[in-house]
Amino acid sequence: METWRDLILAPGGTRGEASPPTVAKAVNIGLALVLMIALVWVCLVSLHFNGSVVWDYRVDLFKGWVVTLEITAVALVLSTVGGFLLALCQRSFVLPLRYFAKVLVEIVRCTPLLVLIYLLWYGLGGALGIGNDWRYVMGVLTISLFEGAYISEIFRAGIESVGKTQIESARAIGFTRAQTYRYVIIPQAFRQVLPPLVGQLVSLIKDSSLLSVMAIAEFTQSAQQASSINYDNLETYFALAVGYLVLTIPISLWSRWLEQRFKYET
Amino acid sequence: MKLSLQEVVKRFGSHTVIDRVSLEFDGAHCLALIGPSGGGKSTLLRLVAGLEYPSGGAVVLNDKRIEYHDEALLRHRRSIGTVFQAFNLFPHMTALKNITLPLEKVHGRTAEEARDLAEGTLRRFQLLDHAQKRPAELSGGQRQRVAIARAIAIKPQVVLLDEPTSALDPEMTAEVLELIEELKQEGRDLLLVTHEMGFARRLADRVALLSEGRIAEFGPPEQIFGAPESEATKGFLRRVLRY
Repeated sequence: METWRDLILAPGGTRGEASPPTVAKAVNIGLALVLMIALVWVCLVSLHFNGSVVWDYRVDLFKGWVVTLEITAVALVLSTVGGFLLALCQRSFVLPLRYFAKVLVEIVRCTPLLVLIYLLWYGLGGALGIGNDWRYVMGVLTISLFEGAYISEIFRAGIESVGKTQIESARAIGFTRAQTYRYVIIPQAFRQVLPPLVGQLVSLIKDSSLLSVMAIAEFTQSAQQASSINYDNLETYFALAVGYLVLTIPISLWSRWLEQRFKYET
Repeated sequence: MKLSLQEVVKRFGSHTVIDRVSLEFDGAHCLALIGPSGGGKSTLLRLVAGLEYPSGGAVVLNDKRIEYHDEALLRHRRSIGTVFQAFNLFPHMTALKNITLPLEKVHGRTAEEARDLAEGTLRRFQLLDHAQKRPAELSGGQRQRVAIARAIAIKPQVVLLDEPTSALDPEMTAEVLELIEELKQEGRDLLLVTHEMGFARRLADRVALLSEGRIAEFGPPEQIFGAPESEATKGFLRRVLRY
């Protein structure tokens, strides 16, 4: 019976310090997956799931999926650059800049994305007379701002994780402030920042589904459109979930892998 | 080295750490600052290093008054080598890169010159085998020796050492102290804050004992350790030499 114990309980018991053997890991991950799939299966069968209706809308759905990819790719660059600049501003010795960045980050992080989208599109967009042509641009900017606020906090934490003694050393050597950032702070902060930054990309992909309320024809919007015609909500949203998971799960695993790797190197 | 402190004051908030300290050091190479913790030794060294701004008074190093504003301080810091208690090196770079980076980026050497200089210094300190290692792969003593090599490589007018062995075990302390002694024998100018009384006694040309932000006694080591005059010195030496 010793082998059964090994499969179910982690070595070291409640201390739980060692990671379980590969076989036990595989068996338990498999078990979890089987349970999940069984649950989904029961639901699908009892609701008479008919996959073929989704197949009819495959082109529209695929187009939406690609738009989601595009939005995510552009927003990834914008939110990373924006988040980095906001993090630098938060540490600036120019006080208006510092506090503008701090207030902006706090407000954006504490506002639901859906509300932010409505406010910026109907409120700010309406006030500035931003028309239909700029719908996608506004959508991408809104989500970049939202994710950028979180990313700036990731960067700020990374910068602050670099010890005071390191900055002191850089000063003693005679580095300028810019040189200190370039050669000392950023390279060290980078390894702290990379895993959570990649993790934030998962949020970005998921959050982009809310842009559907702006009538942007991304993945969620295309699924909504399909289901409003065929009334097969279950099948369409099931396909939607799969489409997102295909993107997010590999990235999430990548983030975890990076976390492990950098943990052992330091 | 010529160091002149004129009525130097340093306050942190309402707390006075350095209280109108004056001192004239001239015609010798090594000045050691000793005294109880919180007495102001490290703060005084940091003022000379240009890492702190004094609240009053003047610091004159080698006939040049240190100007305490950003640009002048940057130039000043570039002309001296400072070694702290620990964590001097940048952990994401090899020992060699730790030395070449300031040579290239601060002192305008070419990559080749910087490498030659750095390797030469490492070789002299028997550290060349460790040139490609990162700080995490070095022992505490090796790390401090590399840090000293980095400070020397820029050809500083003076080397400031702020408790360079306080974070080390006795064996590593010995290897670092030996290296500092070598520097002294080469005729380099050193300002040393230390808790190693025997070392200060043997190495220093002059010793200043700081207590409660004031210089309790200043003189040659024979006087400070052999025939101290002030009560503060006598009390301090009694406490540290008891064990």
